Amino acid sequence: MIPARFTYRRVSSVDEALAAVAEHGDDAKLLAGGQSLLPLMKLRFAAPELLIDLGPLDELRYVRREGDEIAVGAMTRYHDLHHDAVLAEHAPLLAHVAGSVGDQQVRHRGTIGGSLVHADPAADLPAAVLAVDGVLVARGPDGERRIPAAEFFQGPFETPLAPEELLTEVRVPVQDGAGWGFEKFTRRAIDWAIVGVVVAGRAVSLINMGGTPLRASAVEAALAEGASAAEAAALAAEGTSPADEAHATSEYREHLARVLTERALVSAGVS
Amino acid sequence: MKVSIEINGTTVSEEVEDRTLLVHFVREQAGLTATNIGCDTTSCGACTVLLDGESVKSCTVLAAQADGHRVTTLEGLRGEGGDLHPVQRAFREEHGLQCGFCTPGMIMASVSLLDHNPKPTRQEVRDGLEGNLCRCTGYHNIVNAVMNASGQEVQR
Ligand SMILES: Cc1cc2nc3c(=O)[nH]c(=O)nc-3n(C[C@H](O)[C@H](O)[C@H](O)COP(=O)(O)OP(=O)(O)OC[C@H]3O[C@@H](n4cnc5c(N)ncnc54)[C@H](O)[C@@H]3O)c2cc1C
Ligand code: FES
Ligand code: FES
Repeated sequence: MIPARFTYRRVSSVDEALAAVAEHGDDAKLLAGGQSLLPLMKLRFAAPELLIDLGPLDELRYVRREGDEIAVGAMTRYHDLHHDAVLAEHAPLLAHVAGSVGDQQVRHRGTIGGSLVHADPAADLPAAVLAVDGVLVARGPDGERRIPAAEFFQGPFETPLAPEELLTEVRVPVQDGAGWGFEKFTRRAIDWAIVGVVVAGRAVSLINMGGTPLRASAVEAALAEGASAAEAAALAAEGTSPADEAHATSEYREHLARVLTERALVSAGVS
Repeated sequence: MKVSIEINGTTVSEEVEDRTLLVHFVREQAGLTATNIGCDTTSCGACTVLLDGESVKSCTVLAAQADGHRVTTLEGLRGEGGDLHPVQRAFREEHGLQCGFCTPGMIMASVSLLDHNPKPTRQEVRDGLEGNLCRCTGYHNIVNAVMNASGQEVQR
């Protein structure tokens, strides 16, 4: 499978990338790790005329602590996140989740920015960033804006980013001492989750239980009132709308959400 | 566009279409056919090569993205005198292959795995190779081969 014809252009700065998207708008696509976009282009589900490669933008490849927050550059790869010392100390949840995305080859290429902007409801990092109340930083022709994760995931593969905007950074609060848990049920080793659960402290988010990553608000409310892990997890499917598919009915997904939520809560230290 | 990639220590410069995939560049422009195309959908790992020392699925990287970068394929693993790389030798010793179709990708993924984790546990080997599919050997001997290559005990 070979993508439809396009013009490839490599950029060496964020400003250069912004100028290129400003000029070409909808005809252009940004290329980060390519682990979602290139498969789509090979299937001809996407056929941009201009592909703007952010690969050389080392300025967007970093993890650093800034006060009570950790700033992660959009082009930071899963492999970098998984092995990062700052994350290991202050946000081990993110390091762990990054290490369970796809396989080693995908983790060597795929980026946190690409995953968030792609906004696949079955993806792991979006749910993790949602659970920790992350904020996404975007740059466009009118400068920079900050979008809370809760407002960023609007639908399957749908975000508020305009074609001429670039995600530059993700900011998450330092998670020192907060318990965390991550459970993901897959059909094959490297697959996306049929259902997944991320717990950060007393925040719980669900993967693939609707068109976007979702906060399990009923579970969170029950925990706030002192419910046990089992009692709270029983509410995991409340307010969700999991898809009914050949290999996982919606009832099965609801069941998985309850079971996995209890496990994730227990690993996060909720008894 | 003109793409120049250092493959196994030799720079290969060719005029290609912008949409050319790295796996096609390696096989057709560089004439190195150990790298196989299995699924062509980023699932099987048969096309795994090292890009700047890190394993990648070359059916999901553009040749243009590798322009100016360094690629290592199975052909580049042999030592000066033509000796097999320790991972290649271990695959032979442990019968880590049958038809051999997945083997180049398995070996490149194993090299990358051992590079990050020189003494993996059997479970870590399984996790590390989860992106590589084999239809023949049932994986057990492949795990043995990686354990052997890392100088660790092999389960019979
Ligand atoms: C075999 C396989 C298994 C996988 N398994 C999982 C899994 O288990 N869990 C999981 O979560 N994901 C999985 N993935 C998807 C993987 O995580 C992708 O890498 C990720 O979704 C996209 O990141 P990328 O850097 O490759 O982005 P790309 O594919 O390059 O881009 C994705 C989209 O984001 C846009 N984009 C990228 N960067 C920016 C930016 N900075 N600003 C604005 N727009 C941008 C692109 O234009 C494109 O629309 C898997 C992929 C493969 C091939
Ligand atoms: S051919 Fe590239 S992963 Fe299968
Ligand atoms: S040896 Fe035949 S596919 Fe692995």
